[in-house]
Amino acid sequence: MLAVDVEKEFGTFKLAVRFEAAGGVTALFGPSGAGKTTIVNMIAGLVPPDRGSIVLGDKVLFDAAAGINVPPHRRHIGYVFQEDRLFPHLSVRQNLDYGRRMSGLLRNPNDFARIVALLDIGHLLERRPRLLSGGERQRVAVGRALLMRPGLLLLDEPLASLDAGRKREILPYLVRLRDDARVPMVYVSHTAAELRRIASKVVRLDAGRVVAAGGLELLDATALDELE
Amino acid sequence: MFDLSPAEWTAVLLSLRIALVATAFALPFGIAIGWLLARKEFWGKTLLDGLLYLPLVLPPVVTGYLLLISFGKKGPIGAFLADHFGIVFSFRWTGAALSCGIMGFPLMVRPIRLALEAIDRRLEEAAGTLGAGRFLVFLTITLPLALPGIIAGAVLCFARALGEFGATITFVSNIPGETQTISAAIYTLMQIPGGDAAAGRLVLFAIILALAALVVSEWFARRAGMRVQGN
Repeated sequence: MLAVDVEKEFGTFKLAVRFEAAGGVTALFGPSGAGKTTIVNMIAGLVPPDRGSIVLGDKVLFDAAAGINVPPHRRHIGYVFQEDRLFPHLSVRQNLDYGRRMSGLLRNPNDFARIVALLDIGHLLERRPRLLSGGERQRVAVGRALLMRPGLLLLDEPLASLDAGRKREILPYLVRLRDDARVPMVYVSHTAAELRRIASKVVRLDAGRVVAAGGLELLDATALDELE
Repeated sequence: MFDLSPAEWTAVLLSLRIALVATAFALPFGIAIGWLLARKEFWGKTLLDGLLYLPLVLPPVVTGYLLLISFGKKGPIGAFLADHFGIVFSFRWTGAALSCGIMGFPLMVRPIRLALEAIDRRLEEAAGTLGAGRFLVFLTITLPLALPGIIAGAVLCFARALGEFGATITFVSNIPGETQTISAAIYTLMQIPGGDAAAGRLVLFAIILALAALVVSEWFARRAGMRVQGN
């Protein structure tokens, strides 16, 4: 269970959100500029909030009042960025292994084989990221984040940099991930159709505030029209 | 053509040793200063940047003189190092390595700094979310990605050290077998009647060494560049 209650000001933009995310996929849904990426950056520890707290399970990740701010590398939160951010000097296999090695976890061949099979990237392992297609790269990025065995997986518009064909190609993998991997996810997107496939809960955001939280009905066409 | 006399061989090998030691000792400092200049904002940054280029624009004799009064036997730093660590620079080959390292340092720092500035910081951020602390990120992401610049800097410093003359001869003089590098040996031979042939041999050798260093560095840089770009 993730509990977020944070505030931050950037010049004239004020972000103040409060929501909770249990198991399954919690969608952060809203137009660009709503503050979605800032919120996941706060959860990952890349951007410190001005006030408030972030709690994951029984672990306090951030608490402004108590002066707690766990650095990103100790949060054990997987992050799939909008751009794949694969390490260009490492092979796909080394990229996938990076999180496990840096977290000091033991090699787990079963885990590795399962996630490689789930994402269908077994034939890419010895290649360099530069030689992969956009969709392949993003699948490797998802695998890399999963293989550090995170307590939570953040996905920030993971399909945004892909064309429509690639989006259709990768979405089934993410659905499979939700059903098989049993890692709670926070999934950022401004595309209702995409979220309808994958989300189990929706938090709707606009201009730095939560305007509604609930089920998939928040994704219907009229709701989207109001937002855009 | 290559039948150098033992004394000439001594000068060649000494030059190589001095240049290698100078580059090896300058490298950690070069990376540290390059990183500071590329990544940090601090008071006196412009001053440090300027000081760094001083050996490049000062007459080498002035740099040698400054080294002599600070690192010489009676100089404040030289005396301290000699008394506490037994490290003596004056009129030793170590002193030649020191002056060569300092003369080559600005040339080393610049490509390292540029390489560090060109790195996509978002990759370091991603490494952080994958569990790597700041030092591990530096070791596994920053350093490998900056490797082409680090190699370029090391080669420039090595080449400068190999050819250094003015500061070195001012600081540690021109002692055969101790501080007489190729350049200094050529200079000495040119002062002696009939020394032209020997000087010519050393000149040829200096050209070959410089070309070899260029070829090797080009090869290293290409390999490292390909690695970074992910070929």
